[in-house]
Amino acid sequence: MTAALRQDAAPVAAPARVPLVSVEGLTVKFKGGDGSIAAVNGVDFTLERGKVLTILGESGSGKSVTLKAMMRLHPARKTTYGGKIMIGGRNILALSERELVQVRGSVVSMIFQEPMLAFDPVYTIGHQIAETVVRHEGVSRRDADKRALDLLEMVQIPSAARRLKAYPHEMSGGMRQRAMIALALSCRPDLLLADEPTTALDATVQMQVLVLLRQLQREMGMAVIFVTHDMGVAAEIADDVAVMYAGRFIEAGPVGPVIGKRLHPYTEGLLASTVHGASRGERLETIPGSPPNLAKLPSGCSFAPRCKYVEQRCRETEIPLFKPEPDHSARCLRIDR
Amino acid sequence: MAETTLPGMVPDTPVASRGYWSSVFRRLRGDWVTIFCLVVLLAIILSAIFAPWVAPVDPYKTSVIRRLKDIGTPGFPLGTDELGRDMLSRLIYGGRLSLLMGITPVINALVIGSLLGIVAGFVGGKINMVIMRTVDVFYAFPSVLLAIAISGALGAGLVNSIVSLTIVFVPPITRVAESVTTSVRNLDFVEAARASGAGSWTIIRVHVLGNVLGPVFVFATGLISVSIILASGLSFLGLGVRPPEPEWGLMLNTLRQSIYVNPWVCALPGVMIFITSICFNMMSDGLRAAMDVRA
Amino acid sequence: MAYAATTTPAKNRDPRDRGGEAQPLLMVKGLLKYFPVLGGVLNRKVASVQAVDDVSFDVAKGETLGVVGESGCGKSTTARLLMRLIEPDAGSVIFDGEGVGEQHGLSVRDMRRSMQMVFQDSYASLNPRLTIEETIAFGPKVHGVSGKEARDRARALLGKVGLDPNLFVRRYPHELSGGQRQRINIARALALEPRLVIFDEAVSALDKSVEAQVLNLLNDLKRDMSLTYIFISHDLNVVRYISDRVLVMYLGKVVETGTVEAIYGNPRHPYTRALLSSMPSMDPGKRTTAPALTGDPPNPINPPSGCRFRTRCAFAEGVCATVEPRLEIVADAERHAAACHMEIAGSGHTKAIPQLAPQLSGAVA
Repeated sequence: MTAALRQDAAPVAAPARVPLVSVEGLTVKFKGGDGSIAAVNGVDFTLERGKVLTILGESGSGKSVTLKAMMRLHPARKTTYGGKIMIGGRNILALSERELVQVRGSVVSMIFQEPMLAFDPVYTIGHQIAETVVRHEGVSRRDADKRALDLLEMVQIPSAARRLKAYPHEMSGGMRQRAMIALALSCRPDLLLADEPTTALDATVQMQVLVLLRQLQREMGMAVIFVTHDMGVAAEIADDVAVMYAGRFIEAGPVGPVIGKRLHPYTEGLLASTVHGASRGERLETIPGSPPNLAKLPSGCSFAPRCKYVEQRCRETEIPLFKPEPDHSARCLRIDR
Repeated sequence: MAETTLPGMVPDTPVASRGYWSSVFRRLRGDWVTIFCLVVLLAIILSAIFAPWVAPVDPYKTSVIRRLKDIGTPGFPLGTDELGRDMLSRLIYGGRLSLLMGITPVINALVIGSLLGIVAGFVGGKINMVIMRTVDVFYAFPSVLLAIAISGALGAGLVNSIVSLTIVFVPPITRVAESVTTSVRNLDFVEAARASGAGSWTIIRVHVLGNVLGPVFVFATGLISVSIILASGLSFLGLGVRPPEPEWGLMLNTLRQSIYVNPWVCALPGVMIFITSICFNMMSDGLRAAMDVRA
Repeated sequence: MAYAATTTPAKNRDPRDRGGEAQPLLMVKGLLKYFPVLGGVLNRKVASVQAVDDVSFDVAKGETLGVVGESGCGKSTTARLLMRLIEPDAGSVIFDGEGVGEQHGLSVRDMRRSMQMVFQDSYASLNPRLTIEETIAFGPKVHGVSGKEARDRARALLGKVGLDPNLFVRRYPHELSGGQRQRINIARALALEPRLVIFDEAVSALDKSVEAQVLNLLNDLKRDMSLTYIFISHDLNVVRYISDRVLVMYLGKVVETGTVEAIYGNPRHPYTRALLSSMPSMDPGKRTTAPALTGDPPNPINPPSGCRFRTRCAFAEGVCATVEPRLEIVADAERHAAACHMEIAGSGHTKAIPQLAPQLSGAVA
């Protein structure tokens, strides 16, 4: 589905031109036994209703940390946030615990890689979905049960009425993932956060869930932030892609240009090292080394130690965000020519 | 073997390599509660070992005229007991038997229990069934009751109480050893070792022991506090050592009648039991935290 | 066959070779494993998981066989059966002409010297209490190599897998990154100088950039040490990159096998085709609009009768429920075979060509 389709699906009530999500200078630091770890180091983005932003990165890039920060899910005692996260006019980082509980689930909700963690093993799927609906919307139990059934049908779970009475462990991985999506959508959130929801699924099931997510997102006019390490998945679901490295967006823009006209050497390397059919038997181009230690990041560009185009000046200054096109940006000095 | 050139491989930043135990010690150093408990225990243990040099006077020397003196009496910093013996010296000497009766059964049980548990966990099947069900029978009785029953059957005395306490502690250690072994046995590195063609004993020696003994040892140090209390209890009931031997539990028993005359002095053996067992407990918790080195 | 061709037989003849060039390194016949499902009051067997059900295949010398399939298809169980980490219920494994575990054949212990395995979880497959050197030297020591020689071998192997021995021998697993740990696992597998290495999802947990490094390493090692690989993965792109031939499994059965070109270029089994069309396209302009398959793979405890894929197959007919399709050769030259009634002449399926057809092409629309 190309970009054209998502426009007409945007809800009418949305105030024009005010982005649903706007993040400015987000930083997340964790205090640990061995000093503090800078997991997110200045992330800025905006996201409109009805759009899908995919954050692409390897392990330790800060992609999941950024996502969890959107709901302030990190343990409060060990985490220091900086910057601003505006969702629907509220600054998430300034909300009280009580206001936060109101926001979670109704304005923003989240799906995870492992659906077993989202469900309580001792209650049925239907009970848990209805419970959430009652808690957030104060409707009667009867109406909530009806909604639970509708939701399971919406996520295309076969024989939904029977599945309402199933316990989480009685369902297969794909079904559980669908049920978790139903749970997350039960209160019609404006923003859905998805943390690698298809990574643990089989290939054929992964594609089913991706297609379903895209369809639901369009019908409900939701904004989605989708975190993944898989370039192929990003190409399937994203409107915009942000490539994350060492806690920063090093490249961001619409999915087509980012994959087709990558600006940053890291994005280039990531694509080159992804195995394609054509490359059979040939030597794969790789990015040398491994991702940096977040406890001691190098000065200047954090990709410099692994970059094949590295120059002296890369190590000297913070790299600003260059915008060769209005909506496509990257942090690399090579663009500045 | 020719070195292959591997383009794209740069050696990663060297990290000072630390062994497992040195990283455990490094973590322990930062934990002042555990360090404090260790120091207290060390002081108690050392003064018990070197009692003849540390104790100010003979712990058996009675005196009719200076019975149940208060704490702080000149010459008797912790007062005297119902027979006029110096409390400080008796507490120091008492540590010898109390610690012996507290620690020896746990060490015995550690050896027997680990062996049973590792065999049961590693071999599995029928052998596991026989060992674990037998252990469960003993486990079903409350430990105090079991210790009293066995001691009662064997008769009073130091050796018999150690034997009875050993029997009490074998089942819990066996269970822990068995469950840890079962989880280790299913890890991929044990599979990989089997795939290398190694036999069961080699795998147990190289791969299982190192990963099982740590957690079991931590669990056992936690049992020492229970053991000290039980040993004192046996002596208190007259099933352990006999008077006039100084032993904390026994002292508590004999001082019992004088509780209204000088409650502070009478409580002292109890205080020692309390301090020692709580220190063993805290140390065990600290060790558990320090040994949990993951990633 | 890129790498098979580089090892010229005359010069590089392996001294360990017993059966000669034409003898497959591994022949698997009728491998079968049902795991009992215990239940009820007396812990009796109430059902069985048909994990691997009558699986047969060959692996030629110097070739890489890719095994693909979804979770529960039995690919990992097959690997463990080959290593005899699990005892098979039936079937025979012939390693270079010698029956494994048979009288006058190859003992399981000797087989394990010639055949090694790399596991998926790089952390769980390393003993956290042993140094890297001890881990790699363990296998050779078990087989009677002296301590010093085993350590020397460990250092040499570390160099071969691209890790500086001086930096790594004294390290412990928790100090290494995922990619480095998997290199250690590869070195450990190679320490016994095996001829066949099984990789069970060995690169699946790695980051893409690290995965590419390890795949390059595997190609180098294969060439330098004249190895044969069985490469198990759910990632079709990776299997296509590394394999010469592919085995597609579904619910404990082989459904299709053939060269990479045949499987990816001309898949015959509907399941293979669905699997291939479930690969993300990497092109935002060509997104998948409708999933190729609905539903999850069925439970292997009570697999469907007849063809196990029929419950998810768009072409399923009456015959699929009653008769189990055999693995039928569809193109001899490409060693291409598929287990589908549409490919079996005269099977009774409406899309199959009638009996006694002169040739076997054109059966698939």
